[in-house]
Amino acid sequence: MDLIVKVENLWFSYKSGKFVLKNINVSFDGVSTAIVGQNGAAKTTFVKILKGLLKPTMGDVWINGVNTKETTVAQLAKVVGLVFQDPSEQIFKSKVIDEVMFGPLNIFRDKQYSYQMAIEALKLVGLDGKVNEHPYDLTLSERKLLCIASVLAMDPKVVIFDEPTIAQDRYHIKKIGELVLELEKNGKTVIAITHDMDFVFDYFKRTLVLHRGNLLVDGKTDEILQREDVLKAAGLDTPYIFKISSSVGTVISKLFPI
Amino acid sequence: MGSTEKIKIESLTYAYPFSDKNALENISFSIMPGECVGIIGRNGAGKSTLCLALTGLVPKFFKGRYSGKVLLDGEDVRQISYEKLVTKIGLVLQNPFSQITGARITVYEEVAFGLENLGIPRDEIKQRVEAVLKALDLWEKRDENPFELSGGQLQKLAIASVLVLQPEVLVLDEPTSQLDSGGTKEVFEIISQMKSQGITIVLVEHKYEMLVEYVDKIIFLQEGKMIAFDEAEKIFSLPEIDEYMVGEPIYTKLCKKLNLKNSRGYYPVKFSEAVGILREARCGSDR
Ligand SMILES: Nc1ncnc2c1ncn2[C@@H]1O[C@H](COP(=O)(O)OP(=O)(O)OP(=O)(O)O)[C@@H](O)[C@H]1O
Ligand SMILES: Nc1ncnc2c1ncn2[C@@H]1O[C@H](COP(=O)(O)OP(=O)(O)O)[C@@H](O)[C@H]1O
Ligand SMILES: [Mg+2]
Ligand SMILES: [Mg+2]
Repeated sequence: MDLIVKVENLWFSYKSGKFVLKNINVSFDGVSTAIVGQNGAAKTTFVKILKGLLKPTMGDVWINGVNTKETTVAQLAKVVGLVFQDPSEQIFKSKVIDEVMFGPLNIFRDKQYSYQMAIEALKLVGLDGKVNEHPYDLTLSERKLLCIASVLAMDPKVVIFDEPTIAQDRYHIKKIGELVLELEKNGKTVIAITHDMDFVFDYFKRTLVLHRGNLLVDGKTDEILQREDVLKAAGLDTPYIFKISSSVGTVISKLFPI
Repeated sequence: MGSTEKIKIESLTYAYPFSDKNALENISFSIMPGECVGIIGRNGAGKSTLCLALTGLVPKFFKGRYSGKVLLDGEDVRQISYEKLVTKIGLVLQNPFSQITGARITVYEEVAFGLENLGIPRDEIKQRVEAVLKALDLWEKRDENPFELSGGQLQKLAIASVLVLQPEVLVLDEPTSQLDSGGTKEVFEIISQMKSQGITIVLVEHKYEMLVEYVDKIIFLQEGKMIAFDEAEKIFSLPEIDEYMVGEPIYTKLCKKLNLKNSRGYYPVKFSEAVGILREARCGSDR
């Protein structure tokens, strides 16, 4: 599979002298990838760079073979969609349907088609009953789902979620997980930041661990989540499902395959 | 018992302005001083609205249709003055971005802001702000601008700015949603310290595995109605609980699939108890 996202020798600082990302080399293809790491590890910073919202201080990012330094955020938006950690950074229209149609209108320039895309995306997240509401009358969980819909409506090749499960109940966490699997099946490159290790275990084949701006490990989720030394060094926990099987013994997997 | 409840809600019904749907419907319950109570429920169940009602923001700030009563120490929240209310009850909002006043330039000043408003002596302010920032591992961020924090750091700042006020009742609406495992443990550690100091705590939390270890009881909301107010193991053993699709702690789910109950006849909700029961079942099946 093509390396649709490629990051080379990436360094980034908000303020001169203090690098929050240090020499990151990584690429992404069609395998869904979870990014985990402590608060302040620079996960959000990293995905904002992939989206072209922040420019590398040093190093390069290529999206679909194009260097992000040589293109515009508007051009990149056709390929890379980002669901923001904080919905208020993303939402700016005063009606749900307008919010979701905004991206598609810019890309497809066709009102009818954009409307269709928007409605389908809203259906996927279960918000099609709220098309005429003001986003600020929605609860936080709904605003987060609205942001997901806005990204899906643009049908980007790369879909990035910054903490998609914030404020979601267990039912919706599962829904979002299933959405990740579906997107992956449809050939999208999915990247998601999360603190929920069971969510990582259930839905992502690959995991990256960021620790204080360094890429600590990159590999198969099943293997990385077993490596307690790595997780501990990065200040992370193992999934509950592992905790319980190691406390009870092997029988869990015998009685109840996990 | 009558007059000793810390919080008493009587037939509270509330709808947001221009909404024909009740966000809360006929809610009644009492919480005793020093109790720690969890609130669970699906998206839109009314958890945040209940938090706003407990602190009087519903209906003082959010108008709408309101009937029934919320009593704090026997007094209607609508009648309590602002100055008195802030020392009585503190609310950590679900969205930390809404909590930050932005009136101050640094993390430290943001946390000190509320205390300055209360006219607390400078030395005491210093000592309280420092203690809170250290407990939440934010001390190193004290000179930074709140708007340059990561999402999780901002959520901790929102918690700090309420904790520092040392209210008698602490209401936290999904306080750990953006925190890493270390931060989540810090917050629960603080909650358990507060509880041992006799502070009354109400906590909305989807991380059931953590929640059940700390709460005395759980309020279970569904579409604005209170389905149950009971101990965690009773809530998660309700025969109809699956239909509500709220989920359960991961090990409770496991025990349910294997039909393993504790000596009281409920599915175990706490980690150590679930492990014990699963181990026993394993020995049984090995034999
Ligand atoms: N606009 C900004 N200006 C200056 N520093 C910033 C800015 N945004 C973030 N930072 C700093 O950069 C570091 C990384 O922040 P980032 O938001 O990328 O972390 P994160 O891994 O997403 O954390 P979280 O899990 O809490 O969301 C943090 O130390 C943060 O304080
Ligand atoms: N500011 C608001 N204006 C109008 N309706 C609202 C507002 N906030 C919440 N609601 C509605 O009230 C109900 C309960 O919401 P909320 O208390 O936020 O639920 P929860 O916290 O359980 O997710 C939902 O139907 C929601 O759409
Ligand atoms: Mg972040
Ligand atoms: Mg809520």
